[in-house]
Amino acid sequence: MELKGRSHKFGNDVNTDYIISGRHKFKTLDMNELAKYVMEDLDPDFYSKITPGDFIVAGSNFGCGSSREQAPQAIKCAGIGAVLAKSFARIFYRNAINIGLPVVECDTDAINSGDELVVDLSKGIIRNLTQRREIAVKPLPEVMITILNDGGLPAHFRKHGTFNL
Amino acid sequence: MGKTIAEKILGRHSGTDAHADEIVVADLDFVMGQDGTSPLAIRAFNDMGGEKVFDTGKVAMVIDHSAPSPLEGVSALHKLMREFTADKGIKLYDIGCGVCHQLMPEQGHVVSGDLVIGADSHTCSYGAINVFSTGVGSTDLAAGMISGKLWFKVPETFKFQVNGKLGPGVYAKDLILYLVGDVTADGATYMAAEYVGEAIDALSVEARFTISNMAIEMGAKAGLMEADAKTEAWIKAHSNRVPQPVAADADAVYAKVKEYDASKIGPQVARPHTVDNVSPIEEVEGTPIQQAMLGTCTNGRLEDLTIAAEIVRGKKIDPDVRFIVAPSSRRVYLEAMNRGVIQALVEAGAAVVTPGCGPCVGTHNGVPSDGENVISTANRNFKGRMGNNRAFVYLGSPATVAASALNGKITDPRRYVR
Repeated sequence: MELKGRSHKFGNDVNTDYIISGRHKFKTLDMNELAKYVMEDLDPDFYSKITPGDFIVAGSNFGCGSSREQAPQAIKCAGIGAVLAKSFARIFYRNAINIGLPVVECDTDAINSGDELVVDLSKGIIRNLTQRREIAVKPLPEVMITILNDGGLPAHFRKHGTFNL
Repeated sequence: MGKTIAEKILGRHSGTDAHADEIVVADLDFVMGQDGTSPLAIRAFNDMGGEKVFDTGKVAMVIDHSAPSPLEGVSALHKLMREFTADKGIKLYDIGCGVCHQLMPEQGHVVSGDLVIGADSHTCSYGAINVFSTGVGSTDLAAGMISGKLWFKVPETFKFQVNGKLGPGVYAKDLILYLVGDVTADGATYMAAEYVGEAIDALSVEARFTISNMAIEMGAKAGLMEADAKTEAWIKAHSNRVPQPVAADADAVYAKVKEYDASKIGPQVARPHTVDNVSPIEEVEGTPIQQAMLGTCTNGRLEDLTIAAEIVRGKKIDPDVRFIVAPSSRRVYLEAMNRGVIQALVEAGAAVVTPGCGPCVGTHNGVPSDGENVISTANRNFKGRMGNNRAFVYLGSPATVAASALNGKITDPRRYVR
């Protein structure tokens, strides 16, 4: 699977309150509505800057804080193709895989905002077209690859009726 | 090779010889969701082809994050939860019952040795009574409701050895803020924390919940403690179930071990806008506050309300401070009324709101205005957390919040506690 888009860079410890604030997330299940408020407390105009397929690129501990699955859902519905970070908080990481949002652990220091990237998930490599360099990707655990290959956890359950890992 | 608490509980529930870093599929003893996460879980449940829950006695939902509903949209989601729980025959704790993390142990649903998931990140709270409990998202919750199972990566363990005793005016909240500040927000990511030592042993079970509750603020998957006589007595008073406590082996293998001396820790405050931005209270003393908040799954229990009430009893809070109190459950509320604790708080000027999470998560019941400072007993102070991204949230103990409410500025509670 190859994804192509531009980078939007964020810092360390981006928590799920910043990804989608409690002000919005408690009142609706309409993820397209929530998507408009993605990262609002860090960058009020972020949603309008996204071209479908773009990447969120962050430092360490991305998605820390609350367990709200609206966070990866809203990112996905905002048109983000994948999140690249040095490390992820574990609940966010699981949630993202479960709903089919690719999360990529890699060294993001050398990626700047606006860089054109190609993320090749099957080969485990990121090509930074702007800087003409490649970045290695830390592979996903095998159980997560199984879930992703089935199309997320709901699809995995529809197929097997329970966990088949 | 010896085992940690996490390895033993996950091993017992998966029928494997679980060691750190292995993947297991394990049986769950209890599964819980709240009103911020359950509606999505219900959608996932249906999407997964779910028809019934694996065991109606082992699943519950709680309406606590926006309780009672402040908005039409929220009301629709609450209705969805009421219909789902009625249809599936599972327990619903509706508005006024309390905060989910108070209710799960208080109502006897979880006991030592259990494996529990909750769709709320502070589910790690029950580690205080020797439960491996961890927060998950809505889809994992749906999978748990259907199958009674979940996959886990067996975590490595970070052992916090806390020697010595906390001094007067210094509480479990100060200790856990200190630890979070020391190891930072991702200091224990992917790991289970084990909290041991003289300082932990000396705490009440209620105070221990405060510590385990904030394990997630250091990134931990669980915040475990061993069960002692206090734990056993507490569980006996709250549950009919038989606990199966688990202790770590003497030769258990830890990823990290850190030692602390509790007697050297004073009151701590987390400054805006991260929980690990912790400093001794001396560095922030005198900071003006416009709102003080006592409650939440971290510090809304009877002991917390009592500590605060003793500080404000017979006095009046600063006229420019809104002092909001949210007992963590109906049972806590009633006991606090019976003991005159609510009376003392209200006479001092507190506004008591429905047991629930509202003020902490910014849904209602006390959204601060632009530029205002809040001192709160909650576990998070992220920008916008209380509903306004132009407000500033400081975190402290119930004593610090009460002392600060009296003075209209952040105040060292040791002035009031002997």
